[in-house]
Amino acid sequence: MRHTLLDKLAQWGRHPLCWPVLTLVALLLLNWAFNPQFLHLEIRNGRLYGSLVDILNRAAPLMLVALGMTLVIATRGIDISVGATVAISGAVAAMLIGGTLVIQDGQPVYVAKVPMLLALLAAVGAATLCGLWNGLLVAGVGMQPIIATLILMVAGRGIAQLLSNGQIITIYYQPFFFVGNGYLLGLPFPLYIVAAVFGLLLWLTRRTALGLFIQAVGLNPVASRFAGLNARAILLCVYAFCGLLAGIAGLIVCSNVKSADGNNAGLLLELDAILAVTLGGTSLAGGRFSLVGSLLGALIIQSLTYAIYSTGVPPEVNLVIKAAVVFAVCLLQSETLRRWVFQPRLKGEEA
Amino acid sequence: MKLKLTPRTVPLLVTVLLFVLMFAVGSWRYEGFFAPQVFLNLFIDNAFLLVVGVGMTFVILSGGIDLSVGSVIALTTMVTASLVEHHQWSIWAVILLVLLMGSALGLLMGVLIQVFRLQPFIVTLGGMFLARGLCYLISIDAITITEASYSVISQHHIVLWADNFISWNVVIALVVVALAIYLAHYSAFGRNVYAIGGNERSAVLMGLPVARTKILVYTLSGFCSALAGVVFSFYMLSGYGLHAQGMELDAIAAVVIGGTLLSGGVGYVFGTVFGVLILGLIQTLIMFDGTLSSWWTKIAIGLLLCGFCLLQRLLEPRAGQGASRWRGLRRKRAKQAAPSGNGRFVGVDG
Repeated sequence: MRHTLLDKLAQWGRHPLCWPVLTLVALLLLNWAFNPQFLHLEIRNGRLYGSLVDILNRAAPLMLVALGMTLVIATRGIDISVGATVAISGAVAAMLIGGTLVIQDGQPVYVAKVPMLLALLAAVGAATLCGLWNGLLVAGVGMQPIIATLILMVAGRGIAQLLSNGQIITIYYQPFFFVGNGYLLGLPFPLYIVAAVFGLLLWLTRRTALGLFIQAVGLNPVASRFAGLNARAILLCVYAFCGLLAGIAGLIVCSNVKSADGNNAGLLLELDAILAVTLGGTSLAGGRFSLVGSLLGALIIQSLTYAIYSTGVPPEVNLVIKAAVVFAVCLLQSETLRRWVFQPRLKGEEA
Repeated sequence: MKLKLTPRTVPLLVTVLLFVLMFAVGSWRYEGFFAPQVFLNLFIDNAFLLVVGVGMTFVILSGGIDLSVGSVIALTTMVTASLVEHHQWSIWAVILLVLLMGSALGLLMGVLIQVFRLQPFIVTLGGMFLARGLCYLISIDAITITEASYSVISQHHIVLWADNFISWNVVIALVVVALAIYLAHYSAFGRNVYAIGGNERSAVLMGLPVARTKILVYTLSGFCSALAGVVFSFYMLSGYGLHAQGMELDAIAAVVIGGTLLSGGVGYVFGTVFGVLILGLIQTLIMFDGTLSSWWTKIAIGLLLCGFCLLQRLLEPRAGQGASRWRGLRRKRAKQAAPSGNGRFVGVDG
């Protein structure tokens, strides 16, 4: 009896989502221990307020980028240009919307330079183009993903600054703020975007063959080509989609701070996204991937940030703790360490 | 390993030619550009990048990557400034200490990468966070170095001829380059690094000390970053947590522009020198022009990177077969990274 219980625990321990869930729960408990009000939720003015909602809301851009990154990493690639893409998308949106406060008939009216929907489409379109460019270099030219996206990572910030003329563009257009700060049915609007994207991806990867294709390309590109898959088209789509999601994340970031900063918008976001994907149990070696895991990873990073701020630890420690988490999670995923720790049991299994 | 000279040396040749061409265009367009001191200033202003680029060259030659170099530079300047200014340490003791610290950090990352089979990208990313975070633990604000002997070394001009001069930083950087060229091309360690970058499995089968070499490569990169940090603190005379932000990208760009393949095994230390000089020259050109804004530097570097990568693809012997080469390389690495992981967790979105 005891043996089977142990076996079951071990089985659970080997489930890919076990560690991310445990880490997140531990972090939430830590938050709760320091702040008894942490789990408290209340409805004020028809809006749901609380630390948990806050964490979800703040993590929205990271979750979006992490979802796109998951697919890219599943094809054995990597996209380190998403931070720059976020900056470009924000700069395009801010440049097109601009916005001024005009008094018409004694009423303050916000006027955008370009209709907002058009501006949003242009921003997301520009971001998708960035993704397509990456995809073209990776799938068409056959460059290594890290170097192909490094090009845009370096040049992208320059382009964003070129668009905004090197300045921080402030946006004065109320409707645009809804993207990042609005509430719909009591919940923050960005959460709906994340939910929609997540739902779409889940459907695409589980109910259609696309998930299998992506996995096949990541596991063995040559075999997938022999199996008749158009690996290049899949790669191109995956990178373009990652760019698209980075573009949406850029809109949220830009709307949150009501301005576009070509230099700092989405700074280090690519690293956080890759970290989120890794924390979620997706291997950088490609193949197996977990969308849920990446969402959990993004939430872990955000809860960690929240915990650091709420426990009164100086914010400067944030990076050190992040580093400790990176090392710890990497080691947990390391086969060598597992072999060291679980050696007797694994031997028993093989026998 | 067949030595195909042309595809290997052509990128290097193109880099050198491009440098000469850019310098010629600058001399033709801008007054006062064609002067020995402008050329020497490239070294003075980029000595730290040269040092860090040399370390990065070894890492990339071995098929890895090191994202932590910029933060290690920042940490070095911070520790130096703090100990010299606030604790009145002797500068030689401090320099010795920071060099040891950088090497130790590199050693730690190397061990994690080699012994625990972790991805260099993620491990050095962790190292980057760690070093940057430690900077802020020391102080959030910049610390200016006012110590007398430090300033003397920093501002000393070594006159070469007439009124053309270099700084001690340049001497340090050139010594590092000379040592690195010896290490890469004339020592057993260098041959091992090339062998590992070319094909790690073959290197293991040949009985080369792969584990030791890989750990040493990251240690060397850590040492170079720390030395670059010392050079940087001579150059800036301050310690600050935001110093050298994004320097890892500059270093990687310099290495790639210098003709080293990111997949490892192909490249020259000498190429990195010209990669660094070209990056410096872009900045000098934009400065001389005066009408171009600073962000054109980034766009120009991006374009150059793109051009060089395309060139490398064109020169590859099997370029006609599309993407098969990098896939082969990635497959090779994936196998090393996860020797037995593939069978167990396969499953979309568990």
